Amino acid sequence: MTKQLARPYPVPTPTTKPFWDGLAEGRIVIQYSPSQDQYVFYPRVLAPGTLADDLEWREISGIGTLYTFAVAQSPVSAHFADAIPQLLAVVEWDEGPRFSTEMVNVGTDALKVGMRVSPVFVPYPEHNITMLRYEPAR
Amino acid sequence: MGLKGEAAIVGFSEMAPTRKPIDQAFDLERWARLAASTIADAGLSLSDVDGIVTHSISESHTFIPSTIVEYLGIGVNFAEIVDLGGATAAGGVWRAAAAIELGLCEAVLVVTLGSHTVPTSPLKPREVSQGYHFGASSNIYGSPQAEFEIPYGNLGQNGPYAQVAQRYAYEYGYDERALAKIPVDQRVNANHHPGAIFHDVPLAIEDVLASRMIAAPLHILEIVMPVQGGAAVLVTSERLARKARHRPVWISGFGEHVPYKTPTYAKSLLDTPMKTVAASAFAMARIERTDVDMVSIYDCYTITVLLELEDAGFCEKGQGARFLAERDLTFRGDFPMNTAGGQLGFGQAGLAGGMHHVIDGTRQIMGRAGRTQLAECSRAFVTGNGGILGEQTALVLIGD
Repeated sequence: MTKQLARPYPVPTPTTKPFWDGLAEGRIVIQYSPSQDQYVFYPRVLAPGTLADDLEWREISGIGTLYTFAVAQSPVSAHFADAIPQLLAVVEWDEGPRFSTEMVNVGTDALKVGMRVSPVFVPYPEHNITMLRYEPAR
Repeated sequence: MGLKGEAAIVGFSEMAPTRKPIDQAFDLERWARLAASTIADAGLSLSDVDGIVTHSISESHTFIPSTIVEYLGIGVNFAEIVDLGGATAAGGVWRAAAAIELGLCEAVLVVTLGSHTVPTSPLKPREVSQGYHFGASSNIYGSPQAEFEIPYGNLGQNGPYAQVAQRYAYEYGYDERALAKIPVDQRVNANHHPGAIFHDVPLAIEDVLASRMIAAPLHILEIVMPVQGGAAVLVTSERLARKARHRPVWISGFGEHVPYKTPTYAKSLLDTPMKTVAASAFAMARIERTDVDMVSIYDCYTITVLLELEDAGFCEKGQGARFLAERDLTFRGDFPMNTAGGQLGFGQAGLAGGMHHVIDGTRQIMGRAGRTQLAECSRAFVTGNGGILGEQTALVLIGD
């Protein structure tokens, strides 16, 4: 576990590209199913739960609540050997869906389930991707 | 609807775990050896076997059941592969029972391999699997895990189970001593079960709480130790069960539910599949929770056990810690659980870890549990759990 392996980055697909394009512009754009009146994440070709063919893209605030978190004191894999402690987080957007992410700009002791959090856009130009992390809402 | 309890586990084998690889063998070779020892344990012969349940093996990506039966030198009427992580074993057992009750076959080998190395040759270099370094998550292009989980470090089991525990603490509170009592009581059982990886090492609650923190609130002694091993059972019809050597262990009820891969997408993280799974298993077997003589609960982490006990209905939601603190979980106790040590005490030999629980219940009902044998055991409740609570199966096993 000590040998560092290359960090894995997201690679968009034709279906998911609008989400990643949004992040590159500092916007959070996810899918919405009008027939269910529900937001959907992650991007799909048909709505989960109904397979309704009515998914449309909508911008959301990206503000949310910390649903849960874990402080990894040991690396989750060799790709993250240099990331200890890693603040693994699940954020519940105000619009409903949950999102796997990491908390940044916060000490481990300040993490509390239920705290309000806001988005941090982290570009990686060399990988042609912008990732979405979270910090305590100000 | 459901099983009538007309198929039984009639033989088993469980290899003693080791920390280092014990054999230089291919998975096909291990499969054959476990099959032979399990058939011999039952007192039956290979010519009786007309069904198999397996998981993936190192030597093939596809055509796995046919490769295995060819290697064994038999033909089968039921050739099944199951891919449910820690629920694979229990899932394989009910599938075998269902196939037998349907009349497809009479004797089904359910084999789970638990060794992680196979021989290599520079003349035939092994493809490095894309998934290998990412635990149970797929890093293949187009996989939701590759795109939305792995890049944020959401992979493996320690982080996600710690997230489950943190959420539990938020909703219900968290009694770390009660959780630590799980490996402690199970260690008593392991101390009395030959071959358990921790057979010779007693454990106290203070030891658990003083052990290294992996991802709060989970200490390393609340997490299974990976070991090498392997385990299998033979499931047969009533006709063959009556010919076999041991008291038959009838598969009288089961449940299974699979709602997600990644717990981020659970509708409610703390309402586990075990609610419907256990309800199905008990209803099918027509017994109550209070009727069971022992339970063998899939125990990859302490928090997993707590949630399973609550959602299986052995205590109220949110009361699991109090239940654990008040009950004696050892083989001498008032709620015997994981009497062979559980995976926390015996070691987790890959997918054979799920079979450990099936065999724990089977051993007790057959009356073959040695120093941990319960005075009376005719009814056992066994669970399997795969992924992060996203694949769960339960069995009710009943002796004559």
